[in-house]
Amino acid sequence: MDIIEYINLVFTDYTLRTITLGTAILGAVTGMLGSFAVLRKQSLLGDAISHAALPGIAIAFLITGAKDSNVLLLGALISGLIGTFWIRGIITKTHLKSDTALGLILSLFFGFGMLLLTFIQKQPNANQAGLDKYLFGQAATLVESDVWMMAIVTGICLIILLLFWKEFKMLLFDADFTKTLGFNTKTIDILITSFIVLAIVLGLQTVGVVLMSAMLLAPAAAARQWTNSLGKMVFLAAVFGALSGVFGTAVSATQNNLSTGPVIVIIASVFVLVSFIFSPSRGLLFKQIRFLKNRRDLKLNKTLAFMYRIAETHENISHPHTIKILNNFQGFTKGTLQKLVHKNYVILEGNMWSLTKKGFKAASNLYNQQQENNE
Amino acid sequence: MSSAQIEIQLIASLVAVACAIPGTFLVLRKMAMISDAISHSILPGIVIGFFITHDLNSPVLILLAAITGIITVILVEYIQKTGLVKEDTAIGLVFPALFSIGVILIAKNANDVHLDVDAVLLGELAFAPFDRFIVSGADLGPKSLWVIGSILIVTVGLLFAFFKELKVSTFDAGLAASLGFSPAIMHYGLMSMSSVTTVGAFDAVGAILVVALMIAPAATAYLLTNNLKRMLLYAIGFGVFSAISGYWVAHWLDASIAGSITTMLGLIFLLVYLLAPGRGIIAVLYREKQQRTEVSLLTFLLHLKNHNEEEERHVNHLNEHINWQKVRSKTVLELALKNNMIVIDNNIVSLTEKGNDFTSQAIDYIITNEDVKIEHMKDDFFLFRG
Repeated sequence: MDIIEYINLVFTDYTLRTITLGTAILGAVTGMLGSFAVLRKQSLLGDAISHAALPGIAIAFLITGAKDSNVLLLGALISGLIGTFWIRGIITKTHLKSDTALGLILSLFFGFGMLLLTFIQKQPNANQAGLDKYLFGQAATLVESDVWMMAIVTGICLIILLLFWKEFKMLLFDADFTKTLGFNTKTIDILITSFIVLAIVLGLQTVGVVLMSAMLLAPAAAARQWTNSLGKMVFLAAVFGALSGVFGTAVSATQNNLSTGPVIVIIASVFVLVSFIFSPSRGLLFKQIRFLKNRRDLKLNKTLAFMYRIAETHENISHPHTIKILNNFQGFTKGTLQKLVHKNYVILEGNMWSLTKKGFKAASNLYNQQQENNE
Repeated sequence: MSSAQIEIQLIASLVAVACAIPGTFLVLRKMAMISDAISHSILPGIVIGFFITHDLNSPVLILLAAITGIITVILVEYIQKTGLVKEDTAIGLVFPALFSIGVILIAKNANDVHLDVDAVLLGELAFAPFDRFIVSGADLGPKSLWVIGSILIVTVGLLFAFFKELKVSTFDAGLAASLGFSPAIMHYGLMSMSSVTTVGAFDAVGAILVVALMIAPAATAYLLTNNLKRMLLYAIGFGVFSAISGYWVAHWLDASIAGSITTMLGLIFLLVYLLAPGRGIIAVLYREKQQRTEVSLLTFLLHLKNHNEEEERHVNHLNEHINWQKVRSKTVLELALKNNMIVIDNNIVSLTEKGNDFTSQAIDYIITNEDVKIEHMKDDFFLFRG
């Protein structure tokens, strides 16, 4: 199947269109809210919440006996929130650290959820099958109403985000300042955390409990590399998330036996990898290039300083010297010499070199600068 | 009890002990989430190992999977070192990616691999006794018992051999380095041991239960003691207790054994979290309330010392002036009276000699601001606490 054919299919095929739309919206909303989670150093909270949502799904099913995904997600939301606030309680009220609290809630809630799920499976109720799709997610089970639900929640998130943008931003970067200005930081904090929980719960059906945290983190971590502005970061994260959703669905739809969740996560990880390496300001590649360039500049300056110290001892600064005397000096290479010539700092005649006036001036300034820096 | 039941409980208990030991150190070193990351990211190692050996209990597979676990740790540390993202984000990025690779590997080779992601994550302890270890026709018991038994022996051996080193490097990495134990070797040693334990245990109990068995008993024990040896013992005790009681709960509910062991761990943690003496929520809340009242009392006494005018010392005036609610002023007044710090005469409050002494010392304390001092002072002066 070629690309054009596939794109056609996205617009004509009901299932494919629903899934593509669903994963794209999901990616966008998790990317948006994930930016806040990453910046608030709550990256692993997503992992803990998604696991903590499992018993909620099981209990909602036990109570209602129906498999309506909205009811189950409501259960997930409640148990996710309980997990979140318990984590907070552990961190603030005991001496256990945040990593222990996260790991505890994650594994204990998940284990309890598994107990309930296996208990449900043994019940004589024909309706129970399919609850385990929440473990690993099954994008294929998305129907149009689910996508509408996602779209509505995303819309609400967006409105809240725009309404409280200033407050969220301030809380993110300077919580104490926000408090002194008279904002109710606790409410803002609870609001943003609840929306993060909501986004996670939305994704459970599509990518599942286990991989949900990556949906939250990866687009945000990738977006962080390209910008230092919160607005741009949130926007970029939403775009990266949506693209991971679309590409992930495309890859898994065109291959046999590939569930969508893991593929989306892999695509999102590729975004992260590319951003880590190729981002112009923070990326590893350009950092390395800058590092090499600085080292070359330093070598150049070292050579110039060395020449200056020789030239200083002569009355005529342009007195020629042999290149040989540079040889026992570390910073010297033919390349740096050529560069100095290119900059008009040095004149080469045969195997003799002499400093120009410009070079002498630059070198003496260099020397002064270094002294100033040393002070 | 049939022999299969005994074997299941034995395996579960051994896993609990084998997990509690590295878990205690992970919790103390604030690396609990690393165990979660390892438990997920060993999946590709298990799958590749399974391609090669076709046996979930083979040592080669355990080794390969453990190496994946260590690769996870190294990757996380590398990403952290680049400074591009924070540590927790690094963990959160690495393990889902590796886990996804594992899931995709399984999906692409579904026909060759009789391996289920559910089985890796959740395990099935009930089937463990059926996979027997048979040497030249003699039945030597379930394979997982041997696997987890040998891991446990190695863990315990290493614990006894390097207890001192582990202790020092956990609590004071700088001191450990200056004494000549490399913190890096300790770190990677512990990580390798956690990986091996996770891999060895996943077949029987599943990756998530491994995380629960590592973190929960250690965290529960940490709420009860500050002594490393005791913490290890408590953690082992909680682990084994929930393993055995969890088995019977599962038996009774006819549900997943791993799930019910975790639930038991959760219940024990909840109990300790609420009731632990000195550190449980109830104790903490009570202490906070006590301290609040005592601070109010101090404020009140300082106020009395500063004012000689009668209208400033009138009982009703306190409500208005210090802005306390009725109940609060009443508690504070009663506490001060009980401790003989004030006398109330005609609704006018005045300091007794003792109250005066206390207040002077309290002012000293506020000026020097040494934390230890105030508790001694309270012991000296208070007959009743807030």
